[in-house]
Amino acid sequence: MNLTVVLFAMLAAVTAASAVGVAASRSVVRAAVWLLFTLIGVAGVYFLLGAEFLGAAQLIVYVGGTMVLMVFGVMITNQGPFAVLRTKPVEWAVGGVLAGGLFVLLATASLNFVSSGKTPDDPLPGISPIGLSFLGVEDGGKSYLLPFEVVSVHLLVVLVAAAYLARAKRRVNQVASGKEQGTNKEDTRQEQGVTP
Amino acid sequence: MTDWLATYMPHWAAVLVAAGVAAGVLVSFVGLAAFLYIWGERKVSGRIQDRLGPTRVGPLGLLQSLADGIKLITKEDTAPDGADKFLFRIAPYLAFVASFAAFVAIPFGAGLVPQPVSTGVFFVLAVLSTEVFGVMLAGYASGSKWSLFGGVREAAQVVSYEVPRSLCVLVPVCVLGTLDLTKMGQQQGGGFWNWIAFHDPFNSAAFVLFFVTATAGCKRAPFDLAEAESELVAGFHTEYSGFRWSVFFLAEYASMFAVSGLAVLMFLGGWHTGFLPFEPTEQFGFWGGSALNAAVFVGKCTLLVVVMMWLRWSLPRLRIDQVMMTCLKYFLPISCGLLVGVGLWQLYLHPLIGAYTKYVLGFSTLLFGLVVFASLFTAKGVAPRRELEGVWAKG
Repeated sequence: MNLTVVLFAMLAAVTAASAVGVAASRSVVRAAVWLLFTLIGVAGVYFLLGAEFLGAAQLIVYVGGTMVLMVFGVMITNQGPFAVLRTKPVEWAVGGVLAGGLFVLLATASLNFVSSGKTPDDPLPGISPIGLSFLGVEDGGKSYLLPFEVVSVHLLVVLVAAAYLARAKRRVNQVASGKEQGTNKEDTRQEQGVTP
Repeated sequence: MTDWLATYMPHWAAVLVAAGVAAGVLVSFVGLAAFLYIWGERKVSGRIQDRLGPTRVGPLGLLQSLADGIKLITKEDTAPDGADKFLFRIAPYLAFVASFAAFVAIPFGAGLVPQPVSTGVFFVLAVLSTEVFGVMLAGYASGSKWSLFGGVREAAQVVSYEVPRSLCVLVPVCVLGTLDLTKMGQQQGGGFWNWIAFHDPFNSAAFVLFFVTATAGCKRAPFDLAEAESELVAGFHTEYSGFRWSVFFLAEYASMFAVSGLAVLMFLGGWHTGFLPFEPTEQFGFWGGSALNAAVFVGKCTLLVVVMMWLRWSLPRLRIDQVMMTCLKYFLPISCGLLVGVGLWQLYLHPLIGAYTKYVLGFSTLLFGLVVFASLFTAKGVAPRRELEGVWAKG
């Protein structure tokens, strides 16, 4: 029983326990915090494996971006002081079946995993080979740059479209009542906050 | 250190002891830095506002932070009735852990780094970006509208400013060709004209832009919309008291130091003095050289932190729409332009021009600094007239 196994067991326990917390908690933001611990635990597993780039990407994309925007959305759209989710028994049943199926699938996949013969002490290649083969410098000039650019421009278009759809709408025959104008202005301001 | 310890104990214990020692040293360093920076902040603000700052506790008021700390620890740790108690209690520690974890990958000298990370810059940016979560959570869990507004503003601001900040980081990365902070520092050895900030005009601009966006990312004035005491009572920490309140400030000063460290390592030559033509660890031995390196690095970071304080007490706070507009309409296009510009500079410029640019930029900056410094002594001060002008001035 070496140190790596002990550390992995601790990280896995934290990840699994907080994943249960996500499913069990009713408050949306508490579930988000449990999910935060789950994601950090997964990032910790990546760091333990020496995949620093993947771990850092996990942190910046999911924790620094997605989770923040999720809680931000809850904060802005919430009516009462704390948002609460009520789960129906049917939803529990469907979710449980799906989760069980996924667990069986992943467990069989990882038990059938054939080792690549590398030990944890082998020096890791780092990110430069990934970047070079991505640009087509290695691997006989097979470049992945064009598909990547197509996908990213597509994502950008989707983002711009979403911002366009969600913008504050001006009525054509705007009634010039002071109260309505006031709310309209507030909407505009909020939208400006959401769009980024 | 692990190898040396492993001769006395099993390997796993050696790893744990080495990690514990490194973490202990870092925690004490962050604590001591915050202790002195808070004192410095008060002194700087005092001098800028033409008063003395703390003078009573200890020589020059140096122990003021200790007195504050004792006061804060003995204060009652309250949580409002309407708050989500669990999230309310955990939020300050989330913020502090995030900004403290960034120190894992920051080298204080050649080889003087807790854990060498091959993608150090990316790691530090990623870890620092999670600090905002603690602040938002504090705002949400307090159950108070002022805190909620503070949290919402913080989220909108920090997430937006992350984009130009990361783009500015890419500009020196294009020149240095690595994401490893130690290698970045090593490439800037020798004279100060080798520092990346003087490499080309785009990097000089990127340094300024990175510093501004990093200031905004640390929610420091003029971007401290999350606390904005003139509008939101105290923003996200309205409901906090005692020790938890001070943990937020520990996190703030730790992340100020961390982003200054990033700026120093990427743009300002890292741990190099800028005058010694050799690497100190090779000339004076590891410990002697490392002591010099760490002192130079901490000195440079402190200089940048003092500039942040100077900005805070000189500039008025922006409005939230101005903050967002500055980021999205100005900083974002400018940083994209800088990235394109540095690419063209690296690819298409005649190497001879590039070789001379660093001397021109480096020495002109030095000359400008010296002129400003000399003008402090030659400028004639204005003697106070002992009466306010305006309505009291007698015709």
